Amino acid sequence: MWTSLIPATWSQLRTLGMVFRHAFRKRETVSYPEEAVYLSPRFRGRIVLTRDPDGEERCVACNLCAVACPVDCIALEKGEAEDGRWYPASFRINFSRCIYCGMCEEACPTSAIQLTPDFEMSEYRRQDMVYEKEDLQIDGPGKDHDYHFYKVAGLAIAGKGKGEAQDEKPPRDVRTLLP
Amino acid sequence: MATIQVDGRRYAVDDRDNLLQACLTLGFDLPYFCWHPAMGSVGACRQCAVKQYRDADDTQGALVMACMTPAADGTRISIADDQAREFRANVIEWLMVHHPHDCPVCEEGGHCHLQDMTVMTGHHRRRYRFRKRTHRNQYLGPFIAHEMNRCITCYRCVRFYRDYAGGTDLGAFGAGDNIYFGRHREGVLENAFAGNLTEVCPTGVFTDRPHSERYARKWDLQFAPSVCHQCAVGCNTSPGERYGEIRRIENRYHGEVNRFFLCDRGRFGHGYVNRDDRPRRPEWHAAAGETRVLDVDEALERGGEALRRARRVIGIGSPRASLESNHQLCELVGQDNFSTGIAEREQVCLARMRRLNLDAGLPTPTLREVEAHDAVLVLGEDLIASAARLGLAVRQAVLGRREVLAEARDIPAWNAEAVMTLAQDARHPLFIAYPTTTELDAIAERCLHLAPDDIARLGFAVAHAIDATAPAVGGLDERTRATAERIAEALRSARRPLVIAGGSLESPAILEAAGNVARALATRERRGGLTLVRREANSTGVELLDGRPLEWALDALGQGDADAVVVLENDLHRRLPGERVDRALAAAETVIALDHQRTATWERAHLGLPAASFAEADGTLVSLEGRAQRFYPVYEPRYHRPESRIHPGWRWLLALHAGLQRRTLPDVAFDDLTRDCARRHPVLAGIVAAAPGADERVCGLKLARQPHRYSGRTAMRADLDVSEPSPPRDPDTPFTFSMEGYAGFDRPRREVPFAWAPGWNSPQAWNKFTDEVGGHLRGGDPGARLLEPAAGVAGHVDAIPPPFEAGVGEWRVVVLPRLFGGEETSSRAAPIMARAPAPTLRLAPADARRLAAEAGDTLVIETSLVHLTLPLLVDAALPSGLVGIPAGLAAALSSGAPARLSVVPGDGEAQP
Amino acid sequence: MNGSTEMLVVVLAAMAQALAILAGALLLAAVMTVVERRLLGLWQDRHGPNRVGPWGSLQLVADMIKILFKEDWIPPFADRALFVLAPAIAMASLLLSFMIIPWTPTWGVADWHIGLLFFFAMAGINVYAVLLGGWSSGNKYALLGAMRATAQTLSYEVFMGLSLMGVVALAGSFNLRDIVAAQQGLWFIVPQFFGFCTFLVAGVAVTHRHPFDQPEAEQELADGYHIEYSGMKFGMFYVGEYLGMVLVSALIVTLFFGGWHGPWLPPFVWFALKTAALLVLFVLLRASLPRPRFDRMMSFGWRVCLPLTLINLLVTGAAILWLSPAAD
Repeated sequence: MWTSLIPATWSQLRTLGMVFRHAFRKRETVSYPEEAVYLSPRFRGRIVLTRDPDGEERCVACNLCAVACPVDCIALEKGEAEDGRWYPASFRINFSRCIYCGMCEEACPTSAIQLTPDFEMSEYRRQDMVYEKEDLQIDGPGKDHDYHFYKVAGLAIAGKGKGEAQDEKPPRDVRTLLP
Repeated sequence: MATIQVDGRRYAVDDRDNLLQACLTLGFDLPYFCWHPAMGSVGACRQCAVKQYRDADDTQGALVMACMTPAADGTRISIADDQAREFRANVIEWLMVHHPHDCPVCEEGGHCHLQDMTVMTGHHRRRYRFRKRTHRNQYLGPFIAHEMNRCITCYRCVRFYRDYAGGTDLGAFGAGDNIYFGRHREGVLENAFAGNLTEVCPTGVFTDRPHSERYARKWDLQFAPSVCHQCAVGCNTSPGERYGEIRRIENRYHGEVNRFFLCDRGRFGHGYVNRDDRPRRPEWHAAAGETRVLDVDEALERGGEALRRARRVIGIGSPRASLESNHQLCELVGQDNFSTGIAEREQVCLARMRRLNLDAGLPTPTLREVEAHDAVLVLGEDLIASAARLGLAVRQAVLGRREVLAEARDIPAWNAEAVMTLAQDARHPLFIAYPTTTELDAIAERCLHLAPDDIARLGFAVAHAIDATAPAVGGLDERTRATAERIAEALRSARRPLVIAGGSLESPAILEAAGNVARALATRERRGGLTLVRREANSTGVELLDGRPLEWALDALGQGDADAVVVLENDLHRRLPGERVDRALAAAETVIALDHQRTATWERAHLGLPAASFAEADGTLVSLEGRAQRFYPVYEPRYHRPESRIHPGWRWLLALHAGLQRRTLPDVAFDDLTRDCARRHPVLAGIVAAAPGADERVCGLKLARQPHRYSGRTAMRADLDVSEPSPPRDPDTPFTFSMEGYAGFDRPRREVPFAWAPGWNSPQAWNKFTDEVGGHLRGGDPGARLLEPAAGVAGHVDAIPPPFEAGVGEWRVVVLPRLFGGEETSSRAAPIMARAPAPTLRLAPADARRLAAEAGDTLVIETSLVHLTLPLLVDAALPSGLVGIPAGLAAALSSGAPARLSVVPGDGEAQP
Repeated sequence: MNGSTEMLVVVLAAMAQALAILAGALLLAAVMTVVERRLLGLWQDRHGPNRVGPWGSLQLVADMIKILFKEDWIPPFADRALFVLAPAIAMASLLLSFMIIPWTPTWGVADWHIGLLFFFAMAGINVYAVLLGGWSSGNKYALLGAMRATAQTLSYEVFMGLSLMGVVALAGSFNLRDIVAAQQGLWFIVPQFFGFCTFLVAGVAVTHRHPFDQPEAEQELADGYHIEYSGMKFGMFYVGEYLGMVLVSALIVTLFFGGWHGPWLPPFVWFALKTAALLVLFVLLRASLPRPRFDRMMSFGWRVCLPLTLINLLVTGAAILWLSPAAD
């Protein structure tokens, strides 16, 4: 014990000195809200529903985001347009439950649901934290500029018939005998 | 039994199985597509490959298809073998080469066998660089949606549709990459079991169209074990609920009743539960036609006051309400004032059927047992229309000859293609006597299109031909006598003859004839069966409560013997002529109606109490087989619609009873009610054992109604209130309204709300719940049978009706049951409405000629009570002198009533 | 009459002086609660409380309002009398100790011969505050904290006393004014360096300041002996801790840094500056040093500090004898 006393004391004093020198360092704290905060593009904040490059809703109401959500704060219902295109007839996120984990975004097969660099969504009433589809839908494609689910998937919709999706041959004529 | 070795471990299996069945029974996860427990193997998909070894020294082995290899004693196989595993992965990859990448917009997603198998084999990326073949879809009617690109050509659909269900309008077209499963041209799939394609198809080619309109993934549905209310067969169903609506009905496996399949009326007929116009709050109908919506307390107060004021209260029960509700009504008004709510002519038949079940000497087979009979006589029933699932079982019985022939040649029964090729058209004998054609005619040995009385005479003649002590039928023509002899001969030589009759034609004579045949067979010590078809879900059960017929109740009201009536879940206007009902109801001081539909009777009631349908109530039904089965509430209506005041009929009646006696409503558990009912009616003693009590637990847990992946709990109701309430409590059942609770497959239990096992999201997961694939639930099949024949056979009945003779200028009405549109509640469901054919009036060609009418002409049918206009359908099979009217059209038209016909003048000119 | 009037003036003046010192000490302790947080912020590269008033200047007011309006709750399982008494002892014993501090050549409440001994006595009484508070709370964490505090304070008071014996010997008096006067030429920190070191350590330990805050140890004891306290009672413990800090700083200045001595500036300013520097050191210790394990701390006290003070005392005694002209 006695032998380590001097180095130990020195170590403590050195620590004191090092900490004291921090008095002359720049402060790490960002004085939000006086100063703006830098949020990276991949920041997981307010959730939006995006549109495909043609300006149509990307969400196809597959429900994968809802089932991936660990706090079960997403609820949506499928609607089907005349041409067979699926869309969410209603889409609700209860942000008072959301933990911004981004699992919904990961689960989304159409890049529709995306988290954005915005966290300023506090409300005085909890009820106002419940966002409906019109609160979530935005007009752009978000982070994914190109993906267009219906151009890839085989489901026929208006303007894209059977056999016109990615890597598809024209529909077969069942009645022909030719191979 | 045989011993096989799987991956080095020895197991005892059934040597009549193939290796795939054996492996699945043992609980191994072996992927497959084309095999189906009800349809055997054809070896089409090549997915269930395993490595088979000759003996212990064989280290090389060879790949075989498990579904095409018998589980012979000493077989050595490996499922985990690398080569077999790679082979299976490759097969999936080939199958997925043309798959259209549309799982997110596919209704099958989440309960898709193809998804399960793809995950099981580990395939996840399309390596094929070339283009996909595509197909155009077809419109297949209001029930089934078609998306041909998802097909993996396993042939299950056509094998089910054509071979199992006897449909003709779905086929496989083309070859190779051209192959196409559909109709020869677009149109409604005609078969009554087309809905099963949604479960039979391992992927999303055939999907549930009504479900798609109000869609929710399987994992998002809340299920409860239920029993189909759309006919008397008692098929087990799993209704799935979301947002307070029944979204879908899935088949719930029952080893003795419906097993894998439901009829389309049962599967798609639930829409009435979701109707917007459904009464959801108590209503007071004032005299001037205004309606006041009441809250529960006020409604009960008014109801109790009215009942206290009344001199005598009549209770009208219902064959579509549960035993408990009917019993509670009986308790409220007293046995002397209780009517079953069934018209007399029908109740007479029901009473006779009950008696025959007891004293005709033959037991009622379960549906599974029906399939084991080898000669069937159907008297006066169109089974596909009146008890469709029974008809499907009869079809399997008739086709059962294939397996007999195959057995003689040592071909295993599961080898479907070989068995079918061997048997060709060989079938067990089926005889049908019915006024017109039925769907089963195609496989019948002889179809007799006779008037109801002649059907009875034929039955009596058959009985006499089997057993000379049975009364003989006088004045029988030679052809009928020969037919009767042939039928008798077939039934005599059968190992297990089956007699089927029922109340569809409302002819007691037919039932007595069937009874005589049964007695004649019973004396011959065969393991025969007698199935008597009832019309409604609980006809059998309500009849056991010994109530009086509906006519008596109406008379009592009309004559002023009673001045108040409580009508339980019954639309009287569908049972007796509307005027008569209206007169009786108008005479009553107080009319209280409990129902879940806005019926004509509800509109005429002073106080309407919104009763729960099968989806929100508990109850017990007795099926035509005499099996008491319990159904459970699927959801709590107030959770999503806080304003609704829907309660089960029995709870309303308990509350009314308490109000009548100025007591506070006692806290009665549902199980107590069932026990009470069983105590009061000794014949129903078995219903207590029909289902586990509310205290049933698995590993100390209640049972979960929701799959563990149920999503959106904290958002579904967030628009109503961001603070979500705790899930509704359910003290009356062993189930919870949440995903908390036991939902697994490895602990045997009788009541399974939904089938799910790790890796098995599709209905194929039922294989995990059965003792062997296609066997019985490991926890026992649900329900308890009540009606077993008493010892000894009663004497023959000698009540042979005279032969039918066509009148001049007068026709006899025969009401023909319809699968779609013929039943009260299901015909309020939109898909059934869309599917139901337009009602027509059927006449024999000779009669049509006599009236100078052609098919399509509009005819007027007139009886003393009714005047109805219908288009004519010339029915070549119908005997002359009869006029066929579809069921569910007018209560005033009952079978046997005389009617006059006339052509609407000018109609022919209107359609040049 | 004349004499008694003069006497009254003297007494009133002395009382006013005492009240001023009392108020000053309390205010300083209260201000320290905020200063400490700002300083910790500074050394941890953040701001600390800066929201209330300009640069957070009104933070103290906010804290006061908050603590005064908190529900003053006594747990039903607590021993009410002792529970209420404990924080009062904590405050009172420390405030009384300020009597003996000679702030300037003229300012000071009591000029006693037993000055230093009075401090030791008050520090001893202060242990009871912690012990009674912990015990009366009826909470196992509180009791554990109190036990630790008692053991720690008792151990460290032993050599705290001994460490000052060198100073006393050099000055030849327990009177603090005499001690300050004795440092006219040379501050005692030079001859009594080891005494200073051990007294500093003991002072930190006796006030339960980091790194010797075992009695409170949030992570282990969830606030230790005052876990059940809330409102102003907690406030008294809380301010008491800072009072102790001020007191120990003032004592160190008096005993080792020459009290008010210093060139050019008035004596009080010197005293205040030195005390402030020591207070800053206290905060710096908190900002830098982690809390040792309890057994390590005890063994450090008994096996390092105590021998060190004894050696220091022996050497001091020997040196005094050696240098004493009266020796021969």
